[in-house]
Amino acid sequence: MSATGPIGHTPPPFFKRGPAPLAQLAFYVALSLLLLVADLRFRMLEPLRLVIATALWPLQRAVLLPVEGMGEAGHYFASLAKLEQENAELRARQLAQANQLLRQAHLEEENRRLRTLLDMAERIDAPARAAEILYAARDPFSRRVIIDRGATHGIESGQAVIDDLGVIGQVTRVFPLTSEVTLLTDKHQMIPVQVARNGLRAVLAGAGGGRMELKYLPANADVAPDDLLVTSGLDGIYLPGLPVAKVVSIDRDNSFAFARIECAPVAGVERHGQVLVLLRRSTPPPEEPAEEPAKPAKGRKQRK
Amino acid sequence: MIQPTHSSRRILLPVRPWFIWLTLGLAALLNLIPTGRLPGIPDWLALVLAFWCIHQPLKVGMGAGFAFGLAMDVAQASVLGQHALAYVLLAFAASSLSRRILWFPLTQQALHVLPLLLGTQLVMLAIRMSVGDEFPGLAYFLSSVVATLLWHPASYLLLLPQYQPIERDENRPI
Repeated sequence: MSATGPIGHTPPPFFKRGPAPLAQLAFYVALSLLLLVADLRFRMLEPLRLVIATALWPLQRAVLLPVEGMGEAGHYFASLAKLEQENAELRARQLAQANQLLRQAHLEEENRRLRTLLDMAERIDAPARAAEILYAARDPFSRRVIIDRGATHGIESGQAVIDDLGVIGQVTRVFPLTSEVTLLTDKHQMIPVQVARNGLRAVLAGAGGGRMELKYLPANADVAPDDLLVTSGLDGIYLPGLPVAKVVSIDRDNSFAFARIECAPVAGVERHGQVLVLLRRSTPPPEEPAEEPAKPAKGRKQRK
Repeated sequence: MIQPTHSSRRILLPVRPWFIWLTLGLAALLNLIPTGRLPGIPDWLALVLAFWCIHQPLKVGMGAGFAFGLAMDVAQASVLGQHALAYVLLAFAASSLSRRILWFPLTQQALHVLPLLLGTQLVMLAIRMSVGDEFPGLAYFLSSVVATLLWHPASYLLLLPQYQPIERDENRPI
């Protein structure tokens, strides 16, 4: 299409279509592919994501209001009897746990003293922050939830998230007011665990479809159904000893190098509610020997 | 602009650009509603985008698809570029098929739209499977089928402002 017609008139606006559709298509497809590669391969686009997410947040919040309102209305109309029953149950549970709770402070103190006696590194208790799961992300290919605490509340990427029963996942992306938690059942999420019964260490990975799999254990590994798996704490992210999953079934097929061990999460991974974000433990780094600065100083002197 | 709409073949008023962008924005808002893993929730934005690309290929095109797709990528916490690529391809296919599709009655238009929406979902599926994410199950494609069933009401609602007469006339009922 030329800019001017045959007699010097501009073409009517009806024909103004910009660049040819195929050229446009090539441009946008190339741009999308570039974004895909930059995001998947190099993780370069987090700032861009942050900007768009911050701009979208008021809209998202506005859409969330009626959804939350419906939930609130449901709570409001829940019968009094049900609430009373729940209250009684909670009281009973609290009483049942009182023994453990009262003794825990004493046990922790004793543990600390024994550890100092044995000259072992002290276990540091992580501070935690309560948060609420706002909603599950709509992406059907992954398992993520959004919680209502973000960078302004001290949440950082990589922190562990637990509920009242065990570990549910890990913070993977932090926005100013919200953060994104990848659940343990996500296919890319792994967590180092050990079998509580015998201390056997392994890696637990999400398997899709809400299940988990204990990976890279030999076919004759000492694992039995109903074994409890707890975090081993080897990664320095999860505190050791948090319950993670229970073994459901074991398939020891000798034609494969590893056993196929299916597990189910202990915590309410696919449910909504209150969670606890464990803030980073500030472990002092091991002291380095103080010989390093000598060499560059020497080099600099020679150059001068 | 005289284009055949379904059976009545009536001449429509020209579309107002703000109405197009308003409906696209509303569809994006509907997409923001957290429905979690509930199957069969249609992709509202894809439906409205396909509609406007078919009816107004000169006004809505791949640029809109790209921009709204990027917003959806961030809002749904998916890979950046996933919705953008799928919507760009959808916009291209819809606007290049628009001359053909508009000749058919609404039911057959919907049958044309179904493969477009399924293709959009297939593109997203291919992108995510190539990275090794989990397969969401066949119920994932249900949302396209539901969106196709919504083609009738969507066409009626989105063309409603163009059916209105400019001035009311006693001798002319509509």
